[in-house]
Amino acid sequence: MTNFMLEARDITKVYRSEAGDIMPLKGVSVELAAGELTLLMGPSGSGKTTLLSILGCILSPTSGSLQIAGHATAGLSAEGMAGLRRRHVGFVFQSYNLVPTLTALENVMLALDLRGASRAEAPDLAWEALSAVRLSHRAHVMPSKLSGGEKQRVSIARALAGAPSVILADEPTAALDSENGQAVMALLAEVARDTRRAVLVVTHDHRTLKYGDRMIRIEDGRIASRARRRSATVADVELAPAA
Amino acid sequence: MHTTAEATSIAMPGRPMPARKGAMRLPMVPKLAYRNLFHDRLGLIVTVVGIVFSVVLVAVQFGLYLGSENRIAAMFDHAEGDLWVVPLGTKSFDDPAMLSGRERHNILSMRGVANVQELAVGFVNWRKPKGGSTAALLVGSEIRQGSALPWSVIEGSANALAAPSAVAVDSTYFQELGIARMGDRAEINNMDVTVQAVTKGIRSFTTLPYVFTTLSTARTLLGASADQSSYTLVSVAPGTSVEDLRAALTKRLPDTEILTHAEFRKRSLDYWLFETGAGAALIAGALLGIIVGMVIVAQTLYASTKDHLNEFATLRALGASASYINKVILIQAILSAVIGYVLGMVLNLIVIWAVEDSTLLIVMTPRLALMLLALTVGMCVLAALCAIFKVIRIDPAVVFSR
Ligand SMILES: Nc1ncnc2c1ncn2[C@@H]1O[C@H](COP(=O)(O)OP(=O)(O)O)[C@@H](O)[C@H]1O
Ligand SMILES: [Mg+2]
Repeated sequence: MTNFMLEARDITKVYRSEAGDIMPLKGVSVELAAGELTLLMGPSGSGKTTLLSILGCILSPTSGSLQIAGHATAGLSAEGMAGLRRRHVGFVFQSYNLVPTLTALENVMLALDLRGASRAEAPDLAWEALSAVRLSHRAHVMPSKLSGGEKQRVSIARALAGAPSVILADEPTAALDSENGQAVMALLAEVARDTRRAVLVVTHDHRTLKYGDRMIRIEDGRIASRARRRSATVADVELAPAA
Repeated sequence: MHTTAEATSIAMPGRPMPARKGAMRLPMVPKLAYRNLFHDRLGLIVTVVGIVFSVVLVAVQFGLYLGSENRIAAMFDHAEGDLWVVPLGTKSFDDPAMLSGRERHNILSMRGVANVQELAVGFVNWRKPKGGSTAALLVGSEIRQGSALPWSVIEGSANALAAPSAVAVDSTYFQELGIARMGDRAEINNMDVTVQAVTKGIRSFTTLPYVFTTLSTARTLLGASADQSSYTLVSVAPGTSVEDLRAALTKRLPDTEILTHAEFRKRSLDYWLFETGAGAALIAGALLGIIVGMVIVAQTLYASTKDHLNEFATLRALGASASYINKVILIQAILSAVIGYVLGMVLNLIVIWAVEDSTLLIVMTPRLALMLLALTVGMCVLAALCAIFKVIRIDPAVVFSR
């Protein structure tokens, strides 16, 4: 049996407004397996961010079911959802969303504090996460003094610290140049190698394709195609339709 | 770059994070609050100025109130006795009338009385040696060894008042009474008196200066008969109940009221502070200070929270509980409160020092200081609630839309 860290079934989302209802998700099912990096691709407005927000327990679906690390989200309160996010989900945002008044290290510590790390263990874990993204030498620098690539690496360290089951990244390379984008994707691929963790990356950057183990293409709120990399040795775009 | 080589050589941290109860937490909440606060210097200055203004205003108003209390109650803090026999309808110590004159003998004949002391108090006309006159309140008491009235004698002695026509006045009233030193002469109700003792710091709450003398001199100056007094203080013998004696006295002495020490003290305070409205005005001023402070703090804290809304949304997206975020805002408020309080108290002590020896008496006591601290923190916490209501409504989904 495959070890799914996250399973979403028939997710729909409807935004009701006076101008009429908008339905960015029209029945989407997704499974994220531990040890895999899944790419979520699709044109702008196809519902990628909405899906990611639902998978990350930031939004509630209008219908459908979601399980994260074995926990069902149905009927959870806002605090219950926050609790699930805190314990099981790490986020990486396009615009980094680092706390500007905290240093790189403190930003990572903040995530650890949220996840209940004690004063004794947090510093080691934070340094570990920062060195995993190769930023130990920038630990005491404020976000405003970091480059875009560095900021995104700090935010990966923040997502990673405390070892959540699922890491969700929304266009993490969109604001970066090619070199930094590649470095960030390489890091995320490395993060996904841990067999206790699944990674989902929303992207429409084709240069990121080689880092994915699987790819899901979404169009107009529906899954258009799924593909799986045929061989671990194939570095480039060689994805086969999923079985 | 050895990115690929490193990528495979460095292990990703993967220890899962068990939630541990009771373990020491990181100080991230106070750190965030502190950084948010000092990040926006101008906002912090506005907040602190608002709190300082409010603390000083409230401290001065309450300090004046306590100062008034001290002055009104000064006689009670020095006169000894468990029960006061006062003319019926007496409103305060400074509202004297004369008793009939039969009280002393009557009381001394009763069981359970340890000691009786009489005070003759009345308004007099004080004629200054170099012309002009003013009204004063004459207080005549039985002067004996260790006598309680007057107190704070800095020149001469209370015993010196035993000399005929001797009086004691306070050095802070010299100018009003038209005298310059010990030994100066003046007239009270057209009779000669000599200043034989000088006190320091005995000021009345009213504009009338106190003049102290002996009971017999006071009777003469006030034109009272040799057995009359304004107040008769009764000390209850050990083993006798104050209430029983009060009941017995009430039966024996018509046209008088028998008040306990605390009752007469409170009646005097209530009269000056509330019936005249003086205290109410001070309390209204203090309330105004509280309201102004609260509005300013609420306003700046709200603005600061709005500036940091994105971070709060990020915190929420990362799974921060509502209480985690509320704590950040509350600590921000409490930090501002403490900074404002300390600066406000320093300023207040400067004000108190500046008005020393003037007609204003502003008092600061440890209790008032503690109460002000609690008030300032409470005010800031209440103000923080506005900001908390704002933050509670943020949608963490905004973290993706920027
Ligand atoms: N809060 C919202 N209210 C109404 N419509 C929304 C909201 N969020 C997203 N949408 C709409 O849902 C659709 C999908 O949006 P989104 O998930 O952001 O797409 P993508 O990330 O693939 O570009 C878009 O048409 C967008 O306008
Ligand atoms: Mg999007």
